[in-house]
Amino acid sequence: MTPRVVFPNKILPYLLVAPQLAITLVFFYWPASQALYQSMLREDPFGLKSQFVWFDNFKKVLSDPNYINSIEVTAIFSISTAMLSMVAALILAVMADKVVRSRNLYRTLLIWPYAVAPAIAGMLWLFLFNPSIGSLAYALRWMGIAWDPLLKGDQAMVLVVMAAAWKQISYNFLFFVAGLQAIPKALIEAAAIDGARELKRFWTIVFPLLAPTTFFLLVVNTVYAFFDTFGIIHAVTGGGPGKATETLVYKVYNDGFVNLILGDSAAQSVILMVIVIALTAVQFRYVERKVHYG
Amino acid sequence: MAEPSSGSDKLMIGQSRTGIYVAHAVLILGILIVAFPIYYTFVASTHSLQTILRPPLPLLPGDRFIENYSEALFGGVGRIGGVPVSTLLFNTTVVALGIAIGKIIISILSAYAIVFFRFPLRMTFFWIIFITLMLPVEVRILPTYKVMVDLGMIDTYAGLIVPLIASATATLLFRQFFLTIPGELVEAARVDGAGPFRFFKDILLPLSRTNIAALFVILFIYGWTQYLWPLLVTNDNQMNTIVIALKKMVSFADADTEWHLVMVTSMLAIVPPILVVVLMQRWFVRGLVETEK
Repeated sequence: MTPRVVFPNKILPYLLVAPQLAITLVFFYWPASQALYQSMLREDPFGLKSQFVWFDNFKKVLSDPNYINSIEVTAIFSISTAMLSMVAALILAVMADKVVRSRNLYRTLLIWPYAVAPAIAGMLWLFLFNPSIGSLAYALRWMGIAWDPLLKGDQAMVLVVMAAAWKQISYNFLFFVAGLQAIPKALIEAAAIDGARELKRFWTIVFPLLAPTTFFLLVVNTVYAFFDTFGIIHAVTGGGPGKATETLVYKVYNDGFVNLILGDSAAQSVILMVIVIALTAVQFRYVERKVHYG
Repeated sequence: MAEPSSGSDKLMIGQSRTGIYVAHAVLILGILIVAFPIYYTFVASTHSLQTILRPPLPLLPGDRFIENYSEALFGGVGRIGGVPVSTLLFNTTVVALGIAIGKIIISILSAYAIVFFRFPLRMTFFWIIFITLMLPVEVRILPTYKVMVDLGMIDTYAGLIVPLIASATATLLFRQFFLTIPGELVEAARVDGAGPFRFFKDILLPLSRTNIAALFVILFIYGWTQYLWPLLVTNDNQMNTIVIALKKMVSFADADTEWHLVMVTSMLAIVPPILVVVLMQRWFVRGLVETEK
């Protein structure tokens, strides 16, 4: 970084960073260090006795079939959500890139779901597909499908994936559109002159050139599916039926806040922390960013 | 998408008229699917409870718009302790504005310090702020809750707002923007006798206007759609945000959910942020693509 012209004050800069630092230390670092500490304690629910047990909580959590189940649920949920919403958004973005007439209108109408809270997105979809009053559930039954997401785990999963993917389409759409606009049109026209058909042009030119955008969105969508969809699970299925939609974040909340198994919940928090650190590292290491850290 | 929307479709080499029609058709179909849940919620919010309970629901709005909306807004909803939706809207607005404005203020200040001053521990502070990216509330639910209890911040607006206003993303964005401001500008300001306050107020803030607008849209939506945090720090029905209250209003297992009011509340919960996104679309797209998180 080039040496910059700066102000000579000595005290002022500390006052300027103080509010941000204070909040960061009190509400981020202190609780995070407590989570680390508690993850090695075994405590009874009333906090009367506790004992330092090193990595026992982690061993217990990682050998718990319920936890393994929730890892699988999270994997299925995240992959399906990311795929569904990215594929839908890519198709729409490619189409929007072709048209000139009313493309701004299309964009305006496609960005709505971004503003909808995940929990509300979940409730809207449940309203449509709720077995007793949902109109689309009615249509499904009319077509002869035994539809009941409140009792059938795989159908509950389909429902939360649809709601989560729906909410994320806007975001992916805007990024794919930006990515497509960065591809030089001359490249595509040259291929067309050489006789490459539309589908071939897409797979050999457009899709490879979109790879950085796609990879970036893959990371962002994974983070979204891991963390931001807590509201959908909590509001729509409560992790059920059974434990069919119990994701990792939902389980941390449920074990710690509802069932008060503190040590286990803290150990799960620490595992999640490792996952976030890994995802953030991937994002900053391999994803091209405009920010430079110096 | 800078082109005016009134332009007609020009064919590129290798494009066919049919291809363009197909593109329009796919987009319209996509919009129908994307907008349908919201449209249908609006339709449901204008029908009586009896109509909603007998599916399929008509595809067109009913005649209960005024009754349903005024009942929810001012009458109070039984399942959430008789709190009217207007209170929920007020709470949510306070929280969303508080989070957006708070984040912008503390981030712009710390980015200003980090870019325009040299002081011991400067980079340490920068990294301390940066690392908060890796500590979302989901990974520290219980200990953060305990801090809130110890500080007596449960069921307060401060409790809903303050812990969420630390922002690595906003600080990074402002820092990145400040680094593009030429040193000559600072030098000129200093020669003219402007101190750090003057420089900040008269030069930096006006230059940051579009960045602030872009961030504001993103952060307002972020604040409005919060779920886990308000769920943790509010017990009192009077302090609920609209999203949490909605969750409490719905029970799928039992028959006495007042669906018409739930649908009205859903509409009221999604229309304000949608308006912000649509009306401030230019800044929204900019903010989204630039903050990347």
